Amino acid sequence: MIKYILRRLLHLIPVMIIITIVIFAIIEQMPGDPVNAYLGVGSEVSVEQQQQLRAQLGLDQPGYIRYFKWLGRTVTGDFGRSLKYRKPVKDVIGTYIWNSFYLNVVSMVLAFAIAIPVGIKSAVKKYGFFDNFWTVFSLTGVSMPSFFFALLLVFYIAIPSREWAFTFPLNGMRTVIMAAKGYPTKGAEILDILKHMILPVTVLTISSLASLTRYVRNSVIEVINQDYIRTARSKGLTEKVVIYKHAFRNALLPIVTLLGLYIPGLFGGSILLETVFIWPGIGNVLYTSILDRDYSMLMAANVFYAVLMLAGNLLADISYALVDPRVKVQ
Amino acid sequence: MTDKTVNNNEIVSKAKAVGPWQLAWERFKKNKVAVAGGTIFLLIVLMVIFGPMLSPYKMSEFVLENKNLPPSRAHWLGTDEQGRDVLLRIFLGGRISILVGLMAAGVSVFLGSLVGGIAGYYGGRVDNILMRIAEIVYSIPFTPTVISISAALMFRVSSERKMFLVMALIGVLSWPGLARIVRGQILSLREQEFMQATEVLGLSDRAKIVRHLLPNTLAFIIVSATLGMAGAILTEAGLSYLGLGVTPPVPTWGNMVERARNTKVFTTMPWLWLPPGIMIMLTVVSINLLGEGLRDAFDPKESR
Repeated sequence: MIKYILRRLLHLIPVMIIITIVIFAIIEQMPGDPVNAYLGVGSEVSVEQQQQLRAQLGLDQPGYIRYFKWLGRTVTGDFGRSLKYRKPVKDVIGTYIWNSFYLNVVSMVLAFAIAIPVGIKSAVKKYGFFDNFWTVFSLTGVSMPSFFFALLLVFYIAIPSREWAFTFPLNGMRTVIMAAKGYPTKGAEILDILKHMILPVTVLTISSLASLTRYVRNSVIEVINQDYIRTARSKGLTEKVVIYKHAFRNALLPIVTLLGLYIPGLFGGSILLETVFIWPGIGNVLYTSILDRDYSMLMAANVFYAVLMLAGNLLADISYALVDPRVKVQ
Repeated sequence: MTDKTVNNNEIVSKAKAVGPWQLAWERFKKNKVAVAGGTIFLLIVLMVIFGPMLSPYKMSEFVLENKNLPPSRAHWLGTDEQGRDVLLRIFLGGRISILVGLMAAGVSVFLGSLVGGIAGYYGGRVDNILMRIAEIVYSIPFTPTVISISAALMFRVSSERKMFLVMALIGVLSWPGLARIVRGQILSLREQEFMQATEVLGLSDRAKIVRHLLPNTLAFIIVSATLGMAGAILTEAGLSYLGLGVTPPVPTWGNMVERARNTKVFTTMPWLWLPPGIMIMLTVVSINLLGEGLRDAFDPKESR
C-alpha cells in the first residue's frame, strides 16, 4: 500500500509540471501590464523607472526562463509577492483559505447530517412520496446555477429582511462598521461572522445536498439488494435492526470514502459564490487577481487549486483501495 | 389450425423484432418524468428558434425613450437600459446558450469517444499515453483554468468569436470522463466474437472502431452528451456572469443575469435578470431529466 501511494505521488510530479506550464503559459498571454497595474492609473513614474521596476521584478526576461525561475522558487516554498496585497503570496493564501474553509466546513457538516438520514429513508421507501420529493429536490439543486440561487436569496430574503426583526447581511464576512471599531468581545465577532455565513452556507449546503442525498440513497439501495440483508430479514429481525445495523453499516463505506474525497476541497472556495457574496475567500482572491493582473497571486492560486484537485483524486483512489479489497493495487 | 400457426409465428417474429434500441425506447416512454423533461426541452428549443419571428420587435431596434420599462402588455418582460425588448433578448440569448451547450458537449463527446476508442482498441503503449493525457486534463481544476484562459484571451477576440472559444474550452476540458467509460467498454467488447468476424473480413482498424466498436457504446455516449450539455450550459452561464464568458452584444442567458451585478438593476429592475436565470434553470432541469431517463432506459438492470 505504501509503495502504491509513493508511486502515485511520483506520478503526480510530471502531471504537476505540465499543469503549471499550461497555467504559466496562459497567464503569459494575459493582456495588460502588471507594472502599470502596480503603479496605478496616472502615476507619474518615468519610463526609466518603469524599466527599472520591470527588471527588478524580472519581467524583462523571456517566458521560459521566468518559468524555471518561478519553479525553482516555488519548490523552495516562495510564491513571490502579491502586487495587490503588497505582501508574500503565501501569507495572502494562508489568510484567505481559512475564510473559504469556514464556509465549506459548516456546509459540509450540515450536508452530511441531512443527506445520511434522508438518503436512508429514500432508499427504504424507494419511489414513495418522500423519495420522489428528494429526487425532485436534488435534480433542481443540481440544475440550479449556484450564483442565480444566491442572487434569489439576496433579492427575496436579504434585501426585504431590512424591515424584518432579523436582518440578513447582503455580503461580506463582517459588518464593516463593527469590524472597524473593533469587536467588544471574541464572541461578538464570531456571532457577526456566523450571521454573514447564513446565506452562502445555505447555497453551498443545498448544492452539495443535491448530489449527496442521491449518493447515499443509491449506496443504501445497493446494500439492501444483497443476500445478507435477505438473510437478516428471514431471521426475523425487525426492519429497524436490518436497516440500521446491517444495511447502513455497509452502505457507510462508500460514504466515508466520499467524505475523504471532500477534505481537500474544503480549502478551495467556490469562485462564483464568493464573488456573489463578496466573501473574502480564496475563490474571490483568484477572481480579483485576474482583474488586478496580480500574476504571482493568480499563478499561486491556480496551482493551489490544482494541488487540491490532485490530492482529492489521490485520496479517492487510496480510500477505494482501502475500503474495497476487490480493488487491486498494482 | 393454420390460422393459429400463423399467429404464433407472428408473435415470435414480433418478439424478435424488438431490438435493444426499441426496448430502451419502450422503457423511456413509460418514464413520465423523463418524457416531460424531453418535452419541456423541445418546447424551449422551439421557442427560442421561432420566438424571434413572432416577436414584433427587432434585435437592432432600440428606442431609448422606452428604456427600463417594467413588464407591460407591449413588452411582456419589460425593456432594458437601451430600450430593447427583454423577451426577444431571452429568445436570442437562449439560442446562444443552448448552442454553446450543444457544441461544447459535441466537442467533449467527439474527443472522449475518439480517445477512449483508440486507447481501448490498441491498448498497450498507446493506451498508456492517452490515458495519462486524460488524467492530466482531468486533474486541471476546471473553473479557475477556464476563467484564467478566458481572461487571457478576453480582449483579443470579438464577441462572436468568444462564443466559439467558450464552447471549445468547455469541450476540451471535459472529455476525460467519457474517454474512460468508452475505453473500459471497448476493452471488453474487442474480445467478443463479432470482433473476430471483423478480423476475418479484413476490415481496417478505423472501420472496426468507428463502425463496430463505438456504436456498441452509443448508450453511454448519448447519456454523457445529454448530461454534458446541461453542465456546459451551467458553465457558460457562470462564466458569463463573471464577465469572462460570452460578452455583449451577443446575448446569452448568463450575460443577461450578469446585469444583476449592477446594484440598481439588481434591486429595482428584476425583470432584467430574473427571467434569464429562470430559463437557465428550466432548461438544465429538463435536459437533466431527459438524460437521467435515457440512462435508466438504456440500463437493463434498472426496472421500476
